[in-house]
Amino acid sequence: MSSRCPEFRLVLAALAMGCSSAQAAQQAPELRVCADPANLPYSQRDESGFENRIARLVAGDLGMRLSWFWQEQTRGFVRKTMGAGQCDVFIGVPAGFDKVLRTRPYYRSSYVAVTRHGDPPFAGFAPERLHARRFGVQLIGNDLAASPPGYALARAGAVDNVTGFLVYGDGPAGQRMVDAVAGGGIDVALVWGPQAGWFAQRSAVPLDVVPVQAPEGLAMPFEFAIAMGVRPGDTRLRDRLDEVLVRRKADIDAILDAYAVPRVGGGGR
Amino acid sequence: MRFRGLVLHALLAAAAMAGGWARAQLANDGEWPMAARDYANTRYSPLDQITTANVRQLKVAFTFDTGVDRGQEAAPIVVGNTMYIVAPFPNTLYALDLTKPGAPMKWKFEPNPDARSQGVACCDLVNRGVAYADGRIFMNTLDGQSIAVDAASGKEIWRTKLGDIKKGETITMAPIVVKDKLLVGNSGGELGVRGWLVALDTRSGKEAWRAWSTGPDSEVLIGEDFKPFYAADRGKDLGKTTWPGEAWKIGGGNVWGWISYDPQADLIYYGTANPGPWNPEQRPGANKWTAGIFARRPSDGQARWFYQWSPHDLHDYDGVNENILLDLPIKGRQRKVLVHPDRNGYVYVMDRLSGQVLSAEPFVHITTSEGVDLSTGQLKYNPQKQPRTGQTIREICPVSPGGKDWQPSSWSPRTQLLYIPHQNLCQDTETYDVSYIAGTPYVGVDNKMYAGPGGNRGVFTAWDVAKGRKRWSIPERFPVWSGALATAGDVVFYGTMDGWFKAVDARNGNPLWQFKTGSGIIGQPVAYRGPDGKQYVAILAGVGGWAGAIVSGGLDPRDGTGAKGFVNAMKDLPSYTGKGGTLYVFALP
Repeated sequence: MSSRCPEFRLVLAALAMGCSSAQAAQQAPELRVCADPANLPYSQRDESGFENRIARLVAGDLGMRLSWFWQEQTRGFVRKTMGAGQCDVFIGVPAGFDKVLRTRPYYRSSYVAVTRHGDPPFAGFAPERLHARRFGVQLIGNDLAASPPGYALARAGAVDNVTGFLVYGDGPAGQRMVDAVAGGGIDVALVWGPQAGWFAQRSAVPLDVVPVQAPEGLAMPFEFAIAMGVRPGDTRLRDRLDEVLVRRKADIDAILDAYAVPRVGGGGR
Repeated sequence: MRFRGLVLHALLAAAAMAGGWARAQLANDGEWPMAARDYANTRYSPLDQITTANVRQLKVAFTFDTGVDRGQEAAPIVVGNTMYIVAPFPNTLYALDLTKPGAPMKWKFEPNPDARSQGVACCDLVNRGVAYADGRIFMNTLDGQSIAVDAASGKEIWRTKLGDIKKGETITMAPIVVKDKLLVGNSGGELGVRGWLVALDTRSGKEAWRAWSTGPDSEVLIGEDFKPFYAADRGKDLGKTTWPGEAWKIGGGNVWGWISYDPQADLIYYGTANPGPWNPEQRPGANKWTAGIFARRPSDGQARWFYQWSPHDLHDYDGVNENILLDLPIKGRQRKVLVHPDRNGYVYVMDRLSGQVLSAEPFVHITTSEGVDLSTGQLKYNPQKQPRTGQTIREICPVSPGGKDWQPSSWSPRTQLLYIPHQNLCQDTETYDVSYIAGTPYVGVDNKMYAGPGGNRGVFTAWDVAKGRKRWSIPERFPVWSGALATAGDVVFYGTMDGWFKAVDARNGNPLWQFKTGSGIIGQPVAYRGPDGKQYVAILAGVGGWAGAIVSGGLDPRDGTGAKGFVNAMKDLPSYTGKGGTLYVFALP
């Protein structure tokens, strides 16, 4: 789907130019980005997400025209988007995500605990501390997949007091979980950082957002570095993006700050 | 039409039944009014024109293009002089006039399902068929609707929205009609969809009852009549208490397979799918009533008994495979049984009145369990093969799609054999670095499926039900993902994913005839008598489904983890077949 052409046709109809000649006339190269049309705080069709803003920043810096291909980020996302030739870049993928070629990571976040301000903070995964509180975790829904904190809770024997929030469905799971904490339905939401930070900031009830440490012996990280992703083999675009990510680091950090994306250290990558 | 006399006819047939064949004779012997042909789910055609002696002369009589090149899992149905076929999404329903040369289209009905349902369907965009009763065709759409269509005109009579695709709820199963009820179940367990079976009034489309597969007894329709055979299934609200917290609310147990009906006992039988969407470690408990079988009364949905094939299912072993209702001598005693080849690799023979397991014998190579304890009914899991996050487990057999998936077997009362199309696959599960979905990073687990012992990925097995062992089998390169058809001519038909439609001798499996179709076959073969008095055999070709998604979904063969690991076992399928969607109908010259 290239939506550009019909738009140009509208604009240039008065010039009686055909679509292809309009395209040829357009000299600036294009940065085609695939993103979810409804997945705040990352991306939104109205370009109000932080990945939308980072994409605009990067495209502007590279002197490229920005275009979007929208696709829900569910099963088959990579195949239906970049895999189908619909775009050149994803703005955010985990740095170890091997279906795409990754740039250098430009932020690193963590699973966090969201609690009502004034309630006791989340005190770790020691079993004796877990049963008195009601938890919410994200549910992935693929075979055997569990969010890292969800897995840690299960291993500590906390299951009866845990509510699952599917990452698919009506609105982001992060929003539903933060709302559940604010509304008193659960006491602690263990959510991936960027989603928690954004929705907690918007909550009518004051909430605390604190990064969570993985319990000892759990072979599963709680922190993930996030990079951009390009087509495997597209080292040229990867290198250009890497250069921009370094040079515009301060601007990108400012965007992440504006969206309250919790960030953690971890090798400064 | 002739279905008005259905119940009486059924009783007569039951009374007249011989050779241990339970009441298959619901329809005129030349018709095929529902996907399984009869309530007993035998898929046996009493037509005998095509025999082991003449089947080699079988030729194409006509073809028809469904206009959709996704996986074609539907059974064509035939009533009177018309054939009805439903295509994959967008689920166009076609009526073909069998009285005219080439069987031209009489009408088509376009239900216009919501396009968003394509994004949430788990395993291609399949539809397994429609049902006929009282002058109406009953169909389901991928986006969760049931629709009644006038069989003569193709005009819509009613439609009822049963599921919500925004929650990931879809419908792919073939419905059946029992008396004045249309029975329909949902799909979507991985997305946290809670399973149900619904009965709709066939005249109005109004919901008569809904039996949930998880939750309190009042919602599961468990009451005073519930008398499960095993102690493990007795107790109050087990659909809640065998789950942690409120996990049952999104617990799966979908009803996307087959429904059988015993008119004499007045009980329907159907399986429930895997528990979802939790990692097994997050849902300790038996997770009732998932991965098991219910017997219910069709008038009000009240449960009579339940049995769980795979308690606390660890391997995605849905319990939805077909249940064939037979009357057979078992250990010297005539019994009313139900035969069920399960994903977990056993052929179960159960007393269908009491819910007792009489035998459970392996029909494939099994490492995940070590048999079924007949005193408790419990599957004996092998702890070595339990998947654990953070560990690589090798040689898990059978795989998630099971020793056999949805593809229905067929029973011949003449040979007393059950013809089982199935796969021969094992899998490794490996933890890998990081995956990402809906903005959420996590450590993922990859399945990689591969051929089991012998190297052939598919098998067509003739199973001696009374003795509980294999009579003969035919190895196939790819999983045999099509249904089977047994006929009174002692010819058995099935299709392969590389596009061969095959006829073999029912008694010994000797190959008799084969025809190469334009695309791989995952449909359900049927037989009928045409208006000219001749026997015809029909099959939809068009590869896809979970097994064939590499072709129909255009998946990258380099990523073996695609289609939940099935792509790894199907990498070479694209070099054998391409997409398609064509009906082939064969007859003798």
